[in-house]
Amino acid sequence: MAVVEAHHVSRRYGEHLAVDDVTVAFQPGQCTAIVGHNGAGKSTLIKMLLGLVRPTAGRITIFGEDPSAGNRRWRSQVGFLPENVSFPPSLSGRETLDFYSRLKGQSAAANGDLLDRVGLGAAAANRRVSTYSKGMRQRLGLAQALLGNPRLLVLDEPTSGLDPSSRQNFYAILRDLVADGAAVLLSSHALEEIEGQASRIAVMSQGRLMAFGSLDDLRGLSQLPVRIQLRVANGHAAALVHSLGVPATVQGHDIALSCMAAAKMDVLRRVASCDEVVDFNVQPPSLDSLYAWFMEAGR
Amino acid sequence: MTAVLTVAAGEIRSALRNRWVLSATLVLAALALSLALLGSAPTGTVGVAPLDVTVVSLTSLTIFLVPLIALLLSHDAIVGERERGTLLLLLSYPLARWQVIAGKFIGHTAVVSIAVTLGYGSAGLVIAWLFGGIDSESMTAFAALIGSSIVLGAAFLALGYLVSVCAPQRATAIGVAVAIWLVLVLVYDAALLGILVADTSRSMPAELVQALLVLNPADAFRLFNLAGLGRVGTFSGMAAVSQQAHAGGAILISMLILWTALPLLGAAVIFGRREV
Repeated sequence: MAVVEAHHVSRRYGEHLAVDDVTVAFQPGQCTAIVGHNGAGKSTLIKMLLGLVRPTAGRITIFGEDPSAGNRRWRSQVGFLPENVSFPPSLSGRETLDFYSRLKGQSAAANGDLLDRVGLGAAAANRRVSTYSKGMRQRLGLAQALLGNPRLLVLDEPTSGLDPSSRQNFYAILRDLVADGAAVLLSSHALEEIEGQASRIAVMSQGRLMAFGSLDDLRGLSQLPVRIQLRVANGHAAALVHSLGVPATVQGHDIALSCMAAAKMDVLRRVASCDEVVDFNVQPPSLDSLYAWFMEAGR
Repeated sequence: MTAVLTVAAGEIRSALRNRWVLSATLVLAALALSLALLGSAPTGTVGVAPLDVTVVSLTSLTIFLVPLIALLLSHDAIVGERERGTLLLLLSYPLARWQVIAGKFIGHTAVVSIAVTLGYGSAGLVIAWLFGGIDSESMTAFAALIGSSIVLGAAFLALGYLVSVCAPQRATAIGVAVAIWLVLVLVYDAALLGILVADTSRSMPAELVQALLVLNPADAFRLFNLAGLGRVGTFSGMAAVSQQAHAGGAILISMLILWTALPLLGAAVIFGRREV
């Protein structure tokens, strides 16, 4: 059963339709990335899923409940990291986390370990939040979202401000949670880092959900060509390109081909059987190019 | 209840940490002490109880200062968190919107209570030590002053939350809060006085004047402390009003509590309906 789902959900702010008829469900044990440009409706959708903003049309169910109804028990099973998270500046990181754990009805005993886990050691944890860098605030934000082993973790632009090694650490924590069966939902602009981390991708543009599925699903939908790069022995490039009969550009020993996914195996067999080919590599369409394709298709 | 107390404790901790409590206490203590010492000079030989005189001067001080402190604390409570981005996170936790308001109210009331009790209490102790002659009636009047100052503070805290949940920006909130302070503390009395002076034919019934005084929380507080408590009334210059305005202490305190409860309720209801 889906942890949280939206059914034909829209949200209008005056004339502006921030989210337009979105139907989507997020499953336990999956990490889903919502990608989209600024103002695509990612944050509004997230806020609606968490009952912080009411939809103007449609219905949302979270842990089987209506999130804007009175019952708030499900909230203790949800971890949320808002975009540009901030904290009361005069408290220390440790005090801040203790405050949030009490609000969630959790013991504060494990908070030291939790801070360690996100990379805020004891020295940093005892400093005031006002002295923190953006990356440290983000890590504290992640720590509060992880309080009480949430069954649903919602992260809005989680890796902004994190350095590459903290990012690796961050995604390692997410993988553990997903392996434990939690549903993780994160939004991002940083497409290249989501590739390989999220098992499902939701592409949003101008409030609409353009596509939802695994990276392979999206590749199938988009019909974007696969790129194949070949290196051939001296002097055989032109003849090879001619015999393959697919669009190609030649640059010295290197040939760049592109073909549709359906024709890929056929082209590869022929390439592999050529004695002149010394090396090749295959690049399926990247999330970046898929994203650009869906944006274009949305217009 | 745990959630409310957690929010309250967080507010108290923040106020202690950013020296809100310290500065409010120091300001109140310094002004109370100087008023007490200055005020005692002319009474030295008349034999008037010195603590009673202090109650009279502290009442006027409270009317100006305590509402200001309360509004400064509370006007920012919701709109400030919304602007800093901490509200969204707070509301994603398992607590209701009214619990946020209730927690902040309890925390801020505690802050006002600490400042008033320590500030005025220290002044009271100095008076007692310097002049002696404190009887139980003076003690009662002084305790009533501290207690009612806290209730007055609570009323203006509640008004501040009402402003804070409605205001679109912090700048709006501070503007409206200052306007409320000006109207209730300064303009209201001046306007009432102006009307009475202009009203040469005495067409305004005394009951109306009394009702208008009781309706304003600042005046209700003044009447409670100056006219409501025996001996203090006789040399506060409020004796004439107190004979006309024979509203009992219970009514005056109820008015202050009403001024606390209604805005607080309004703030909770409006906050519950508003979006983040």
